[in-house]
Amino acid sequence: MKSLAELQAIKDKMKNKVVLREGNNELRVVVGMATCGIAAGARPVLNTIVEAVNEGGLADKVTVSQTGCIGLCQFEPIVEIHEAGKEKVTYVKVDTDKAKRIIEEHIKGGKVIAEFTLSDLK
Amino acid sequence: MKELSLNILDIAENSVKAKASLTEISIEETDEKLTLTFTDNGTGMTEETLKTVTDPFYTTRTTRKVGMGLPLLKLEAEMTGGGVNVTSTHISEDSINHGTVVSAVFYKNHIDFTPLGDVIETVATLIQGHPDTDFLFVHKINEKEIRLDTRELREVLEGIPLNTYEVIKWIKEFLKEQYIN
Repeated sequence: MKSLAELQAIKDKMKNKVVLREGNNELRVVVGMATCGIAAGARPVLNTIVEAVNEGGLADKVTVSQTGCIGLCQFEPIVEIHEAGKEKVTYVKVDTDKAKRIIEEHIKGGKVIAEFTLSDLK
Repeated sequence: MKELSLNILDIAENSVKAKASLTEISIEETDEKLTLTFTDNGTGMTEETLKTVTDPFYTTRTTRKVGMGLPLLKLEAEMTGGGVNVTSTHISEDSINHGTVVSAVFYKNHIDFTPLGDVIETVATLIQGHPDTDFLFVHKINEKEIRLDTRELREVLEGIPLNTYEVIKWIKEFLKEQYIN
């Protein structure tokens, strides 16, 4: 059974790490989580991204956050990549498979997947 | 929505947006009935706003003029023979006891009832996105009770953010075990 003692152990382990993470957010991944996004499937997309970032050891440089309606409801789920010094990249109609590729190819590999972006959508 | 737990995520986001420091999400189930209740201590709504919240052409957002969250919940509840009730006290009327209560009743045996789906993912998503506000989640299924109070976790965590990945994973397991046992 999960207990609060176990949570205590997580806290003790994390205490040292947190200091390292502060001010180290070079890259921000933002997922639209308003009614439109949620209805279109944003929840599994967000959770896939959170998992991939953390399991992939990217948590030190990547922050994952949620936002409201971006105003492009017909293109939801929408994932935005904000990187210091670079133009924002907006991925549209993202599903969990696309999300995994975005993490692999864009976040890890540094290469924008043009076919998933708004500007490339027919 | 594909599952009711997605409506729960959507409606709870309204409470956070209304600057609630605590949002209570309660699900009470019997064999026939499912009652959802959201109770928050956010800014609340004026009587005038309250009259229009279930109208899809009313919304607080500025990106466009149609809001679908509550109207959708209302429609889905009514389709099963149930309904939605919203009460609210605006901060201008009572500076201490303000906030909103949304309750929705669904009849589970109706053909148009949408299954609850993955509630654990909904709770985890809320905490991941809003680590600085508190959530009390209670799910009663007949005699059984599943419960998570972020205020209790916060006390243990002493400043470690609730949306730390390891903590979110712990929360999911903690809830999962309560459902199984």
